Amino acid sequence: MKDLALQALDAVARRGVTYADVRAVEVRDREITTKNGKAGHVSSSESTGIGIRVLASGCWGFAATDDLTHDGIQAAAALALEIARASRAACKREIALAPEEKYEATWVSPIRIDPFSIAVDENLNVLLAVDEELRRTAGVSLAETSMNFERRRQVFASTLGSLIDQTRYLSGAGFAALSYRDGEIQKRSYPNSFGGQHELKGYELVEELHLLENAPRIAEEAVALHTADQCPEGECDLIVDSSQLALQIHESIGHPIELDRVLGSEANYAGMSFLTLDQLGRLRYGSDIVNVVCDARPEHGPGLGTFAFDDEGVPAQATDIIRAGQFVGYMTSRETAAEVGEARSNGCMRADGWARLPLIRMTNVSLEPGRQSLDEVFDAEHAIYMQTNKSWSIDDKRYNFQFGCEIAWEIRHGKRVRMLKNPSYSGISTEFWNACAAIAGREHWTLWGVPNCGKGQPEQVMGTGHGASPARFRKIKVGSAYGG
Amino acid sequence: MGVRPSVEPEDIWDGVLREARSRGVSEVEAIVTGSYEALTRFANNSIHQSVAERTTNLSVRPIIDGRTARASTNRLDRDGIRDVVEQAIAITRLTAPDPDLLPLADEVPEYPCAYPRFFDETAAATPDLRARAVAEAIGGVESAGQTAAGIYSTGVSLSALFNSQYVAVWHEETMARFSITAMAADSSGWAKACACDLRDLDPLQLALTAALKAAESRAPRELPPGRYTVILEPAAVLDLAGQMFGDFSATAIRDGRSFLNDRIGQKIFGENITIHDDVWHRLQAGPGFDGEGVPRKRLTLVDGGVVRDIAHCRQAAALAGVEPTGHGFPLPNEFGEAPMNIVIEGGESSVDQMVASTERGILVTRLWYIREVDPYEKIFTGMTRDGTFLVEGGRVTAGLRNFRFNQSLIEMLSNVEALSAAVRASGEETFDMVAPAMKVRDFNFTEVTRF
Repeated sequence: MKDLALQALDAVARRGVTYADVRAVEVRDREITTKNGKAGHVSSSESTGIGIRVLASGCWGFAATDDLTHDGIQAAAALALEIARASRAACKREIALAPEEKYEATWVSPIRIDPFSIAVDENLNVLLAVDEELRRTAGVSLAETSMNFERRRQVFASTLGSLIDQTRYLSGAGFAALSYRDGEIQKRSYPNSFGGQHELKGYELVEELHLLENAPRIAEEAVALHTADQCPEGECDLIVDSSQLALQIHESIGHPIELDRVLGSEANYAGMSFLTLDQLGRLRYGSDIVNVVCDARPEHGPGLGTFAFDDEGVPAQATDIIRAGQFVGYMTSRETAAEVGEARSNGCMRADGWARLPLIRMTNVSLEPGRQSLDEVFDAEHAIYMQTNKSWSIDDKRYNFQFGCEIAWEIRHGKRVRMLKNPSYSGISTEFWNACAAIAGREHWTLWGVPNCGKGQPEQVMGTGHGASPARFRKIKVGSAYGG
Repeated sequence: MGVRPSVEPEDIWDGVLREARSRGVSEVEAIVTGSYEALTRFANNSIHQSVAERTTNLSVRPIIDGRTARASTNRLDRDGIRDVVEQAIAITRLTAPDPDLLPLADEVPEYPCAYPRFFDETAAATPDLRARAVAEAIGGVESAGQTAAGIYSTGVSLSALFNSQYVAVWHEETMARFSITAMAADSSGWAKACACDLRDLDPLQLALTAALKAAESRAPRELPPGRYTVILEPAAVLDLAGQMFGDFSATAIRDGRSFLNDRIGQKIFGENITIHDDVWHRLQAGPGFDGEGVPRKRLTLVDGGVVRDIAHCRQAAALAGVEPTGHGFPLPNEFGEAPMNIVIEGGESSVDQMVASTERGILVTRLWYIREVDPYEKIFTGMTRDGTFLVEGGRVTAGLRNFRFNQSLIEMLSNVEALSAAVRASGEETFDMVAPAMKVRDFNFTEVTRF
């Protein structure tokens, strides 16, 4: 892998470039699903290739190939340069990069159990046992379970002289029970939708999730939703569980702080951001108790956004995004940092494989734990408590959002009084975070994995991490998904 | 060997068959794909990201004692083929048997394609060709005092499927896409087109369309949420209607996750709604076979508002006692099948005529971030974007701030008052299809955003 990366770097550097970097990537993965007592998707795959990025004539060029012969690498290097030079036809400004050091490093994400050391039949036995448990509950019409594992080794080499060898292990597992009855489909997922929980861990994640123990409760809730009352439409206090709050952070904080979006790079597809440059240091993003960090360092936890170096050779860092409610930071790259006069990138460039260009992507964007107990979070005269995401949507500047959840409970004086089906809430990002009244403490904080974040053209799908504990928000609009 | 894929599918298949047989496995299937995709991306009136990627893939699926699994690799040399066959056999032997698993598909004649889908000019498009077209399009937007962002992509893709029952099918096509957003001080406009032949695209004309929309939607007014008559341009129609076609699946119905459960044969949409799945339509694209090599049949999914045909993969067809329709996904999978070559029949109207016939309504260019709220009533939420207009007295009178909608597709397709001719259209929320513009009454906008 190192030889490949260096061979490709040499191929492009000899052609005369301002800067170049190469990522040689080798990915192995396994995906297993079951459905109603049978194996569903059982697959194993591997993929190896190189991506070559060059800065020449003031423009970027990028070419990727899985033809790893000498000729294949030479052709990709020539194409990357041809693309950069052709871009001069419509290049309005010379690209500049914030300075960065040279690094030589090797890093492997810590795991306790290599997921690929566990046999496929053992994976299936675990999932089929959960599947069987789900279907013990009368009314469950569809039981689905899944596991996925990935090992991704990447060697990064750049004309700065950096040579960085990183290996990351990712694991995910979860299940869902679906009930169809009388013209209504209800679903419950564990421990989250989007295939469950996903972390930078080995097979130990599967053991930690206690899948089988939670199957009966989830199955019973899916069926019980048919007879629950409809979530009312109106305004009330809202308590959000940590997995739903993780997605709220992702959509209404994580995406708006991507500096490439702010500067217009994504205008045709993912959109732009309400966090224009004049808002930095001035905008009241949340209430005083809201503190958000973007932290890719291993000490933040085993998140999908945890690494040692980003995909342009910048070390993992922690950046304050919101401090005591004030908006104080963006996620940056070497190019965008230079564009806004920052001294250095804060290390958020990531690519979803060897074939794609690194973009600014969320690492782990997390809400810091609060000081309240869980009882204090639930201590509302009247509130609705929503759990587990079902639908999510936000406008292309990230103001107006609407989320649906799988299940909710009405809370009276801190106690659950009735189950509610089809819950949803909506609002404006800054108004929502300014309504934050209570955040539970570290003991209730979970670093959730969002495995399916889309951005870029051609689209890239990235895993991101978001830590959160349950929190309460005042006077939030609920129920409008079924209104009108 | 250059950057473009030079895959020889039959040679690879010979290697797969040889390796499988040498390990005592006689039932085996292989899918070989190769692609070269290049995309020139621009923003702030400047090319900022321009990329090209060459990818290949081989996936192998044996059947052993009622079990099956799939292994994939992009190492297509002798060692790579040997390793992937070994891996496929190893995980197949460890998986659980499936009593409903069918033997491999037998050879069936393909339906002929009357229209070419591979164009040398598209396959040969260079970074320079794309950059010059982008520069011209940017110029069109700049001349209106606006800022442009978008993409111009060209590509070649090959897919081939072989199995030990002598199925050998392959498909090669080219595709070009141009999409542009024009941004003014407080408004924006968007246009997009795609075609197998890049000569069917007119980037400058698309740029001028986007710029005109941005100019006409300047100083947007805010209207309260509520139910309005809307005129949805084809991209908005397909991005919303496209969300339901995964439910026209026998497996989804058997699983109880389709909104068509207990609705087959019923009239659930208006009489003016007829929808086909037709891979051989002149404006469609894609291979004429499915993930098991079965030829795709033409389906009439909706006929005058009545739900008619449902896609069946081989296994779903066997369970239902019907013929497979050629819409199955590669096995093993949990989803079964879905129609992916949608043709929504158009009507006699046009967007201009729809506007002229509307006393008060809203013209929508594009929808964004569409997600399912209710799987059985098929309620979806999402936003309008990049060109939302007030129509009063039969003409466009102002731009509008963007709305959030929560709209049932069943209700929407029961409330269609007019349709334009169907065109090949492309959005960002689902796959390309052939779709008309639609005028729809009582469309449910529930909130308004800040721009």
